[in-house]
Amino acid sequence: MESINYQNFRIDAENICVDYNGKVALYDANLRLKPGQICGLVGMNGAGKTTFFNALTGFVNISKGKIRINGESVRSAQKDQTIAYVPQSEGIDSQFPINVWDVVMMGRYGSMNIFRCPRESDIQAVKDAIERVDLNDHLSTPIGNLSGGQRKRTFLARAIAQRASILLLDEPFSGVDIRTEKLISELFIQFKNEGKTILLSTHDMIHVREFCDLVLLINKTVVAYGDTSEVFTPENITTTFGGISPDFLFGPES
Amino acid sequence: MELCSFLTLDSFITDPLTHGFMRKALLMSSLVAAVCGFLSSYLTLKGWALMGDAVSHSVMPGVVVAYALGLPFSLGAFIFGVGSVALIGFIKQKSRVKEDTVIGLVFTGFFALGIVLVSKIKSNIDLHSILFGSPLGISLSDVKQTIFISLLVVILLSIFRKDLLLYCFDPRHAKTVGINVFFLHYLLLTCLSLAAVVGLQSVGIILVVAMLITPGATAYLLTDEFDNMTIISVLSAIISSLIGIYISFWFDLETGGSIVLAQTFIFLFAFLFAPRYGIFKLKKFFAGYK
Repeated sequence: MESINYQNFRIDAENICVDYNGKVALYDANLRLKPGQICGLVGMNGAGKTTFFNALTGFVNISKGKIRINGESVRSAQKDQTIAYVPQSEGIDSQFPINVWDVVMMGRYGSMNIFRCPRESDIQAVKDAIERVDLNDHLSTPIGNLSGGQRKRTFLARAIAQRASILLLDEPFSGVDIRTEKLISELFIQFKNEGKTILLSTHDMIHVREFCDLVLLINKTVVAYGDTSEVFTPENITTTFGGISPDFLFGPES
Repeated sequence: MELCSFLTLDSFITDPLTHGFMRKALLMSSLVAAVCGFLSSYLTLKGWALMGDAVSHSVMPGVVVAYALGLPFSLGAFIFGVGSVALIGFIKQKSRVKEDTVIGLVFTGFFALGIVLVSKIKSNIDLHSILFGSPLGISLSDVKQTIFISLLVVILLSIFRKDLLLYCFDPRHAKTVGINVFFLHYLLLTCLSLAAVVGLQSVGIILVVAMLITPGATAYLLTDEFDNMTIISVLSAIISSLIGIYISFWFDLETGGSIVLAQTFIFLFAFLFAPRYGIFKLKKFFAGYK
């Protein structure tokens, strides 16, 4: 079955603008990602990274432009559980009285009935997801008692349990231990092979070089977008970070 | 005061039960406490203490107008409770004033309107019982209303308890997987208004916010599991109501105030002695002996 061209894109964002009460957070941003691509979203604090994620998940409305997810609207992507969002550590109340199992089960809520009663398949999906992030020993541990890395893995498991084809990760490597970092990077390779599309924001330039096929540099709008090898240049990075030299960002050896 | 008559614990508990108004007060206050306690675990986790305060104060003009027109007072209270929240949202969005300022501004405005209306309408409204509650003087129609509203809130919270928990925990994820966050937001606000309406009969408008946050805060110090938190919250709310009413009966104290004070003392007890999160960290203390 041959589909028309734009449906080949997992994410197709065209000239999107977002403003909060008249204050522009993002304008004329474009992004096209295919299955199996990993894209790094790089920019300063307040450059619109989280806003970009929010627009893709439908958490904020765009004031202009068009977003297509697998060729369909954001609304139907929500209904189909297409996108999973892995929040940054600061975006979550770590003292919330909830355990690992229940957090991961929340990945299944969208496809359950109104009472959110888990079916056999939901339980299996949650088990598998927890297995993949290596948290079997912590099924009933409250998230407040986890380390930063374990908590990050819990939310990754929630995204896996959701069986989403697009993963949005906000700072997946911030505040995690070496073990978690290794596990996340292994998972990325698996996701890529499974044909999932990944968009991740990061402050760490090394990670961009390591994992990302593509990079999207933003500062309220797209500064540069394309293959990491071509676009991720010192000049572009300097522009993105408002004139700060990449030496300062990478350390002198880069 | 018949202080000599409660020489035994038995008579301390059973004597008041010989009065019909006391049996009714104990039952109705327990019911109200249970409903507020149930909701309270969501409100404390969502960080809606100030919102609870706002809604409960804002129902004042609704209660007065409903009494004056001979309507069920819960109807008036509900309209003004939800209306205040809508107004808060509107002003916040359309102005540069910060949210907590808007909340404070709107609810004091509503509350003042209520007080002015009472002085103008001059019907047989008992201002004291609205402000401070009158669990000992609940009328039969109030009893029916309270039971109806309580059941409604409990049913709504039970059906949507998992969604509401997700909404409090991670609304962004809820939205991403197609759960109607807008609906949940207003569902929680509706339950808040309704709980404030039934709660104000027990402890009055001024203190009803305590019913909506203290039990949840107490439970939060005692457990890391949400279901346990709800159970503890409901139980501590019921126990406080019973203690408050008994104490007020025997010592001739203001009932609403006694109920809330009982809640405050239970909270302080948890604050000091909660096994893991209390000041004295008893869990560590006893672990040291092993």
